[in-house]
Amino acid sequence: MLIRFAKPSDVKPSEITPRSVYLDRRAFLRTAAVAGAGAMLPLIPGGAQAGEKLSDVAKTPYGQDETLTSMMSVTSYNNFYEFGPDKRDPSRHAGDFKPKPWSVKVDGLCAKPGEVAFDDLISPHKLEERIYRLRCVEAWSMVIPWVGIPLGDVIKRFEPLGDAKFVAFETVMRPDEMIGQQRPLLNWPYVEGLRMDEAMNPLTILGIGMYGEVMPNQNGAPVRLVVPWKYGFKSIKSIVRISFVADQPRATWNEQAPHEYGFYSNVNPDRDHPRWSQRRERRIGELLKRDTLPFNGYAEEVAQLYAGMDLINKDF
Amino acid sequence: MRDHAPRRRPGGTVRLIAKPLVFAACLSPFLWLAWAVGYSPEALGANPVEYAIRYCGDWAMRFLWITLCVSPINELLQAPVVVRFRRMLGLFAFFYAALHLLLYTALDLSFDLGALWEDVVKRRYITVGMLAFVLLVPLAVTSTKGWIRRLGGPRWNRLHKLVYPAAVAVALHYFMMVKADIREPLVYAGILALLLGYRVVTRARRRLQRRRRQAEAAASRA
Ligand code: HEM
Repeated sequence: MLIRFAKPSDVKPSEITPRSVYLDRRAFLRTAAVAGAGAMLPLIPGGAQAGEKLSDVAKTPYGQDETLTSMMSVTSYNNFYEFGPDKRDPSRHAGDFKPKPWSVKVDGLCAKPGEVAFDDLISPHKLEERIYRLRCVEAWSMVIPWVGIPLGDVIKRFEPLGDAKFVAFETVMRPDEMIGQQRPLLNWPYVEGLRMDEAMNPLTILGIGMYGEVMPNQNGAPVRLVVPWKYGFKSIKSIVRISFVADQPRATWNEQAPHEYGFYSNVNPDRDHPRWSQRRERRIGELLKRDTLPFNGYAEEVAQLYAGMDLINKDF
Repeated sequence: MRDHAPRRRPGGTVRLIAKPLVFAACLSPFLWLAWAVGYSPEALGANPVEYAIRYCGDWAMRFLWITLCVSPINELLQAPVVVRFRRMLGLFAFFYAALHLLLYTALDLSFDLGALWEDVVKRRYITVGMLAFVLLVPLAVTSTKGWIRRLGGPRWNRLHKLVYPAAVAVALHYFMMVKADIREPLVYAGILALLLGYRVVTRARRRLQRRRRQAEAAASRA
């Protein structure tokens, strides 16, 4: 049901981040640093355990010219069906989710498989801030300052074998903490996959935070994929398993409706979707739609991965 | 004999008091939306345009369903007074549907009518939504007393049977729009099935009674 009146207890976005602040990223970060994580913490929707500041994050040139979407929007407008199908559900229902302790099982065609604790997975790497555009298949988009590590660097540590052509990912299955999983909304657990060269592309990261803070539960805590040139659903959240495989792995939305959601699902204004025209998108915070760019504006970095492929009719 | 003060006709109470109240009630979802846009946009969430489009679609559907409740309520509860609200309820359904379409065309498509046509042709849920809208237009246009007179009761009645296929198209439109969670479209479709099922049953029963009466009349003549 869409008619929802704000409860008096609901936090107004204006209480979280003054508009003038979230409009200016630098000012925002500065203010956040001064105000300290503590002041922001209880105000994040869903009572997520996020809010903890991440230290020692290297700045990168990505997206420096973009205007950030407000953190309020990014943490309250989510497609994360594990917490319910409505976009407001994840921020409401993710509060009980426990992203700690966490471990990721790495298996399949690699020399060094194993169950890796979250810290062991992440801490060997330098955290980077990547400001990326996120384009949802539903024709809306955001600009998000992710904090993460290049997936390629992580993959190398496990020494995938030569016949590992794809990487498969799996989301945690915890119906007790994820109420959406209590119903067969999708074929749980959520799975996704990338071709090895897509996974190794420098743009692809494992995200563990955003806006300089630990990843909020509703955004895929504690660790998620971020593949900015693909529709958002490819960037699988709350990952518990990474497998190196020879054949193209299953992908949840692709299985749900193969003609609507392709395995590749690169952002492509020329490939029409049966539900939404992909030519334009609404940047959250803007009134009218703007043009969608091929590969979400990352063509220079990734277009060569798909040379010679039919991205409209076959490998969409 | 008891002399009594002149009493207002019950019809006057409906016209002067109940109708304005129902009108205000029907308008209140719109007023809330307009208020939120102006004074509390955060109530509409991160994507207020999507919210408003869906909100108007929801209310259009609800008013259509409420309009379809009028006859059953009249017949089952013997409350003919409700029939006097039917036109207003139906026109509110059309009002919210038109707003739904207008917001979509203006804000999602920037008034690009070519894009709207492309949507109607390509996207089945929009094809079906447009079918529903096109069926509702003549009903809204002919809702005036003048049109009832011009068409004559039986023809006007026959025309307004279009509300049934329109309602089915709306239920289908909602069903097709949803990506994975079909619970709510199912609830609305279920209510519509009851409302239409009621008509099928009562009509069948009436036909049966008529036939029996004719048979009796024929028998008594014989
Ligand atoms: C040309 C006509 C129409 C168009 C172009 C249209 C378009 C749309 C669009 C774009 C959506 C939202 C999809 C989304 O957000 O992903 C929608 C949803 C909806 N529409 Fe329509 N529509 C039309 C006619 C109608 C009519 C006549 C009704 C009702 C009388 C209606 C009722 C609904 C409902 C109930 C929803 C679902 C709202 C929700 O998610 O709660 N639509 N329609």
